[in-house]
Amino acid sequence: MKLSVWTYEGPPHVGAMRVATGMTGLHYVLHAPQGDTYADLLFTMIERRDHRPPVTYTTFQARDLGADTADLFTAAAKAAYARFKPQAMIVGASCTAELIQDDPGGLAAAMDIPVPVIPLELPSYQRKENFGADETFFQITRALARPCDRTARPSVNLIGPTALGFRHRDDITELTGLLMDMGVAVNVCAPMGACPADITRLGAAHANVLMYPETGEAACRWMERELGQPFTKTVPIGVGATRDFVAELAGLLGMPAHLDESRLRLPWYSRSVDSTYLTGKRVFIFGDGTHVAAAARIARDEMGFDVAGVGCYNREMARPIRALAKDYGVEALISDDYLEVEERIESLAPEMILGTQMERHIGKRLGIPCAVISAPVHVQDFPARYSPQMGIEGANVIFDTWVHPLVMGLEEHLLHMFREDFEFHDAAGASHHGGKAVARSAEGDAAADGGSMPPEAAPAAEGPDTGTDVLVWLAEAERELKKIPFFVRGKARRNTESFAAQKGLREISVDTLYEAKAHYAR
Amino acid sequence: MTDYAPIPAAKGCRDTPVLRERGQHEVFCGLTGIIWLHRKMQDAFFLVVGSRTCAHLLQSAAGVMIFAEPRFGTAILEEGDLAGMADAQDEIDREVARLLSRRPDIRQLFLVGSCPSEVIKLDLARAAERLSGQFAPHVRVLSYSGSGIETTFTQGEDACLAAMVPVLPETEARELVMVGALPDVVEQQALGLLGAMGIGPVRVLPSPRAADYFGLGPNTVFALTQPFLGDTHAALVRRGARHIPAPFPLGEEGTTGWLAAIAREFGVDAALFDAVTAAPRDRARRAVAQAAEPLAGKSVFFMPDSQLELPLARFLARECAMTPIEIGTPFLHRELMAPELDLLPAGPRLAEGQDVEKQLDRVRGDRPDLTVCGLGLANPLESEGLTTKWAIELVFTPVHFYEQAGDLAGLFARPLRRRAALRLDTAQPPAALAEARR
Repeated sequence: MKLSVWTYEGPPHVGAMRVATGMTGLHYVLHAPQGDTYADLLFTMIERRDHRPPVTYTTFQARDLGADTADLFTAAAKAAYARFKPQAMIVGASCTAELIQDDPGGLAAAMDIPVPVIPLELPSYQRKENFGADETFFQITRALARPCDRTARPSVNLIGPTALGFRHRDDITELTGLLMDMGVAVNVCAPMGACPADITRLGAAHANVLMYPETGEAACRWMERELGQPFTKTVPIGVGATRDFVAELAGLLGMPAHLDESRLRLPWYSRSVDSTYLTGKRVFIFGDGTHVAAAARIARDEMGFDVAGVGCYNREMARPIRALAKDYGVEALISDDYLEVEERIESLAPEMILGTQMERHIGKRLGIPCAVISAPVHVQDFPARYSPQMGIEGANVIFDTWVHPLVMGLEEHLLHMFREDFEFHDAAGASHHGGKAVARSAEGDAAADGGSMPPEAAPAAEGPDTGTDVLVWLAEAERELKKIPFFVRGKARRNTESFAAQKGLREISVDTLYEAKAHYAR
Repeated sequence: MTDYAPIPAAKGCRDTPVLRERGQHEVFCGLTGIIWLHRKMQDAFFLVVGSRTCAHLLQSAAGVMIFAEPRFGTAILEEGDLAGMADAQDEIDREVARLLSRRPDIRQLFLVGSCPSEVIKLDLARAAERLSGQFAPHVRVLSYSGSGIETTFTQGEDACLAAMVPVLPETEARELVMVGALPDVVEQQALGLLGAMGIGPVRVLPSPRAADYFGLGPNTVFALTQPFLGDTHAALVRRGARHIPAPFPLGEEGTTGWLAAIAREFGVDAALFDAVTAAPRDRARRAVAQAAEPLAGKSVFFMPDSQLELPLARFLARECAMTPIEIGTPFLHRELMAPELDLLPAGPRLAEGQDVEKQLDRVRGDRPDLTVCGLGLANPLESEGLTTKWAIELVFTPVHFYEQAGDLAGLFARPLRRRAALRLDTAQPPAALAEARR
């Protein structure tokens, strides 16, 4: 057993639901106990879909466990076919149904349903949501896709977008436009928006664009092998990645690369002098592997940030993220334990976090600005406005999103210069975020400064995990530390402490603080 | 006139045949009860023994609360636990020991069963007993099931409270126990009203802290504030306590009926009862009249969710002049619901259980003015042009007793007011602007 208060991913059958709900003309019969229908509201509330997910649950109860759960499944599958008349069905079990072993696949096969019925084997106690989506789409593709003549004009399939995907809706639009500019048509976009009949036509495309490796890679590999379609390895999130993607795809299709950059604003915004203060901002990046890898490249090469740490929660992407971390000279954190992520963020004390919904709340607790770059996300990250992450407009969206949480340049300077302002001080936070103003407390620094970074409020009481029990900050040095603006103070504290430890010092004076500053100067 | 007399009965639904359906149930499991119980019970921790699905449900349902150091968590079963490679009881002991060492403030720990743990027959009762012995007297460990196979939504609270009843000490004292987790402000109001009538001491189940627990015995009487407490009712009766049957304290009339039943039990004289209740009753009536204006003459359809459906339908029918078409409930406890069934005007279909597709067919056929349903159905029905009131809000909003009667009517009126307020289909300039242009 493993104690968990937060899971980055749902169980694998939720991944299967994401595929089914993204598609049309496909129905999912899920053997599951009463209550598992909670997953419907991920789609009707978070994604705000205006229809019920195409999922029929058997919702068995304790009194059904005697003998007839298999009959219950058969009846549910029959009723679902009769009512919805789908072009194909997928059938599977949730974690509890997996335990009672009714074999939905076998039962459905014996039922003479006149459309393809695709059984899913999703090991709920080993794998998670993204695996569920990837595996489901792979099984659907394997069951339905057949070799067919290539389209006359160059075309590709867009593979991987699903329901409940982070910005999948707008990424599809952005990529479709980008491809159109190149003279490449979209043959099928799947799972999102595709019906089973579309899946049978996948083979007509000249290549596959793998938009999200987490949810489409298995199907792309199968199509490469069975249908002879190459697929793109570059995910076009960020300016450089988008250019590389266009070049890669042009290579695959044997045609000239063409990218219309007339609407691209990130490079100029990032070069403009207003962005100079972004240089070397220390960011911690966490999320799914794909978005983390893309964000790391943008952060370092396009925004001029300093990547202080990277990590991902999906083990499927552990290898590429480890390799990427090596390239960036940092240690990768591969974990789905949010307490571990929180611990890492605390120890790195970055100036900004790029992460998921969860990291947003870690950031809130630690007083660190945060922007969301990856699922899991909540309802506010399924916005009404056009907000892709991919392609040209995606880069523009990313620039705005990432800069927004940071304290603006002049404000940062003023915080640095005048530390006694009664309303414009550390604890008040970034002033354009409209939170309730926090008055500077009467005791001055000691109490007021603790406001934004609680761990600093009582350094002596922090306990052994920070190492402060062996190092003593002299009062003078403590006051001097408080003069450092809050967003870099955590790092300064840690640098000074590790410097003192290196030198074998037990006490930290103002001199030690400045010695350390000089030591780590860049 | 004195209102102390029983409320005159409507024609009543006591003999209305109940439609019992079997099929897909679009409802929550009892684990969701943890979301409000962990806030109510200040020193309790709820440890679900279940799967990733259970953890996912809790975090999806809990929204932002999960970050505010929640007092609940999930011990997620892994392959090894299922294959019998790990002794599940040892695993539970280890996780609980780790948890309690991190959270010394915890005085009550609930091991909460889920579908997976029930199906593999993990004996949580035994684990609770063993751990209670190990951590006594600081922590009391109890167990109950919040699994979907056994409980629906609010029944999780019932199972939790029922688990606490057997461990309460024995007493001979004549005390009133008010049963059901209510928002603090509502609980204070209820205690205030009872206190003003000289009724006391009044105990509350669940209490905010383990230290506040009280005794039960043959002289204990209890009143339920929530309709979904059938098992707790049975457990209290087993301890010798006596139930005071009453309608549930929703709306002015329900609250008066509830208070009157208790007042009768404690021999409160009619004049005192009137003196205490006259002003709040009047306030509640005025508030309801104002808030319920858009509801008059409208029809309402309840999909099953929380067992609050019957009392709410009674309130909407009798105090807000609505017409219930169908009242669906996940479980109909005849005995507890008798006073409600008597008050409810004859006419609506009563349905216990659910076949969601067939029920949706009936909704579409009836085209009610307002459909009370869960969040999985609300937006899809709105997109079909039906106005909905999502049902979960009725459990997450203070709605009981006099002072909330207006808010309760307002919850149902708001979707209708919003529908009337939005002008999205055609571009209509505001009236004043159109006037100015002329």
